[in-house]
Amino acid sequence: MTGSVYALMATGLTLIFGVMDIINLAQGILVILGAYLSYALQVHLHIDLFVGLLITIPTMFIVGIVIERAFIGRLKGPEKTAMSILVTYAVSLLIEGALNMTFSTNDVQLQGWYVNKSFAIGNVHFGYIYVAGFILAAVLLSSLYFMLYRTRFGVSVRASLADQTSAALVGIDVKRVSTICFGIGVAVTAAGGMIYGATNSFNASTSYDLISRLLTIIVLGGMGSLGGAMLAGVGMVFIGDMVGVIWSPIWSSMSYFIVLTIVLLIRPQGLFGKQSVRVA
Amino acid sequence: MLQKKNLWWLLGVALMVAFPLVVKDPLYTSIGFFTLVFMACATSWNMFSGYSGYIALGSAVFYGTGAYTMALVSIHANMAPGAAMFWLVPLGGLVAMVVALPFGWIALRVRRHTFVVITIAVFFIFQLGASNFSFTGGTSGLALPFIQWGSSYYFIPFFYVALVLVIFITAVSAAVRRSRFGLQLLAIRDDEDRALGLGVKVTSVKIVGFTLSAFTIGMAGALYAMEQGQIYPQFVFNPVFDVSVALMAFLGGLGTLTGPLLGALILESSQQYLTVSFSNGSLYLILFGSLFLIVILFMPQGIVVYLRDRLSKKAELDRAAMKTNDVAISGGTN
Amino acid sequence: MTVLLSAQNISRSFGGLKALNNCNLEVEKGSITGLIGPNGSGKTTLFNVMTGYVRPDSGTVTFDGTEITGEEPDKVFARGIGRTFQLTRIFGRMTVLENMLVATQHDEGWLRSMTRSKSSTVDVDNAMEWLEFVGIARLATLQAGSLSYGQRKLLELAYVLVANPDVILLDEPAGGVNLTLINQIADKIRTLNAQGKTFLIVEHNMEFVMNLCHSVTVMNQGSNLVSGKPAEVRTNPLVLDAYLGGDDEEVEEVVNG
Repeated sequence: MTGSVYALMATGLTLIFGVMDIINLAQGILVILGAYLSYALQVHLHIDLFVGLLITIPTMFIVGIVIERAFIGRLKGPEKTAMSILVTYAVSLLIEGALNMTFSTNDVQLQGWYVNKSFAIGNVHFGYIYVAGFILAAVLLSSLYFMLYRTRFGVSVRASLADQTSAALVGIDVKRVSTICFGIGVAVTAAGGMIYGATNSFNASTSYDLISRLLTIIVLGGMGSLGGAMLAGVGMVFIGDMVGVIWSPIWSSMSYFIVLTIVLLIRPQGLFGKQSVRVA
Repeated sequence: MLQKKNLWWLLGVALMVAFPLVVKDPLYTSIGFFTLVFMACATSWNMFSGYSGYIALGSAVFYGTGAYTMALVSIHANMAPGAAMFWLVPLGGLVAMVVALPFGWIALRVRRHTFVVITIAVFFIFQLGASNFSFTGGTSGLALPFIQWGSSYYFIPFFYVALVLVIFITAVSAAVRRSRFGLQLLAIRDDEDRALGLGVKVTSVKIVGFTLSAFTIGMAGALYAMEQGQIYPQFVFNPVFDVSVALMAFLGGLGTLTGPLLGALILESSQQYLTVSFSNGSLYLILFGSLFLIVILFMPQGIVVYLRDRLSKKAELDRAAMKTNDVAISGGTN
Repeated sequence: MTVLLSAQNISRSFGGLKALNNCNLEVEKGSITGLIGPNGSGKTTLFNVMTGYVRPDSGTVTFDGTEITGEEPDKVFARGIGRTFQLTRIFGRMTVLENMLVATQHDEGWLRSMTRSKSSTVDVDNAMEWLEFVGIARLATLQAGSLSYGQRKLLELAYVLVANPDVILLDEPAGGVNLTLINQIADKIRTLNAQGKTFLIVEHNMEFVMNLCHSVTVMNQGSNLVSGKPAEVRTNPLVLDAYLGGDDEEVEEVVNG
């Protein structure tokens, strides 16, 4: 079930990569930022976690736009992707430092009446929060799909996703599309962060584990493939959880990378990635 | 002109040799030690990633492997603490190379962007492995044979060994640059497929380059472990290390010889100094991240290249005047 | 009349598009063969298949009696087949001379190549000779990225020649270049041909092709249509048909030369 959350965040990453050729290493810390925002709203203003999303999602959207405008948008040229890795990593260090200073490095977890309770259907217990998280992820992902396939903006995005140069040639403002996509990719982390924060205790350095899992997922799914990201997200979390249950939670993270290594040996472009063509 | 360059190098080495003898304060010697360690790592990193354009963000894998090799061997061989342990340093480098082979073989089959991501992924495998396996001591790490050399000159032998490492890797890096192998790496950077079409055995060149760069970084890790006496997985397998090494090369100038040395010199000495002055770790993260951003966004070519460009601008102008004289050759739509 | 390089029944699809459809091509040893056809007929794709950049779905490529289908580009080059690209590809951040030195072939392992200096006298002399031949020797120390379009085309030709290949595939050597340079390039090709080199040239410039090539193959929609001497091909109704589907100007050129 948590797979859907990872799928959501991985989709955000893939969207950014597909449209902008940017690998956003800060995605992990941004999820944590989203989680902390929900935390702050809850602890200081006593706003319910889900209600708080109405504030955190737009806020993170703006954060994304700001980051893109200030740092990412400046990148161009053949080394763009490599540079984006370093730039977003630097941004993540910045945010991590800021979070540590604001919230201290102690672990926290988001609270709510639904967090630790569950309901039962037959003999199977479903934690409320997990179900809610699943529904939330499903809602967001379907809105994303709706946006992509039913709106004019969505057409621009898909065109940019397919080929930036051609998209620009037919009059699509690729820059604007990029900025907004980055914003969307980040806004999604607000939701993901809230669910993650409610189901795990976290602090700023949890972001490393998160981003490494997310990266594994998008490479596995094939960089630039939205469907791949979602499938890989759900699949990997399932495998990770199974490993965690059968052997031990410690191996859960390891399993991600082991699966990745195996898949890459067989299919270097990931499950749904495009085979790199070397032509003239 | 070649003579002049060599003179500068000799001067630099002489200064560094004299440093711990002149500056007695062990604080500065320790800063010097760490700076040298990073100078070696940055140069080694640059030798592959800078020349070939394949940015590897998992070099901490080699550093950590070297460190753990030093620790595990010295512990299990029941070595007496002391200078004999220096012999394990090259061993650390060798083990790192052994690790680099399969690592490179998997990671280098893919395109550049995916390559970076894979290096990060493998790095995390190692960090997790070190934190969880019992033979590596898990999260409490390992304690090496305790070296008792007295605090006033504890760092001096380490300083000189690190200096040897720096001289070694700089010489190797320069040799690679002058060789056909180095030319092939540079060709891969500019247009890998074109290089393939000109007969460059791209895959083997990449793997060899990658493995070679692992050696010195592994040695540096082993040296670090020996100096610290106690290693923890999150410090030797440290993501900040990965990025620092890359940043130093970027700052100084990717693909140049002096660039990584300069970058490491500036960054590491200031970082060490700051860590001592500001004990707040989080502030350091913010400063580091900001500095990083400034360098990448405003000086992506690095200091050395920037300076070199300024100097060669004049020479270019002279040559351009020569170009316009030849009508037949300068045909073309451009 | 031996066939040095040939492609037999090559087919290749990209997604739903069939770029090559049972295409056949024969290049005689010592000849200058032209490959023409309307845009999209698959000429560059055929080149890519023959030089190992693209794997065919079916069919074979043969060189000097040996099958080389699907071999990697570096192996193809080592066999003595060189090629240039439509959009010039050079190593922009290296000097012109260094560009030349990349192609210098030495049958050595990586260890040897590390200890050998990149500018060994023999190699440099050879490289300079070729640079002289194409006429850009005095640009040897400039950064390749600063060269003009025409100069880049010459560099591409030069560094393919450095390894002394037997067959050279040229993809639009006269594209986007002025008349004087075109004639120079044609002269160079004739000189090299007289020395025994075989050429396969893709071109849209009809005058260039008709004046230079011994035989011409016409491609259309992924398949080969007609082959023969330039004069025969020019008046063949099938060829006119193929071009009529495309540019009027091209038809003009084919008919009137």
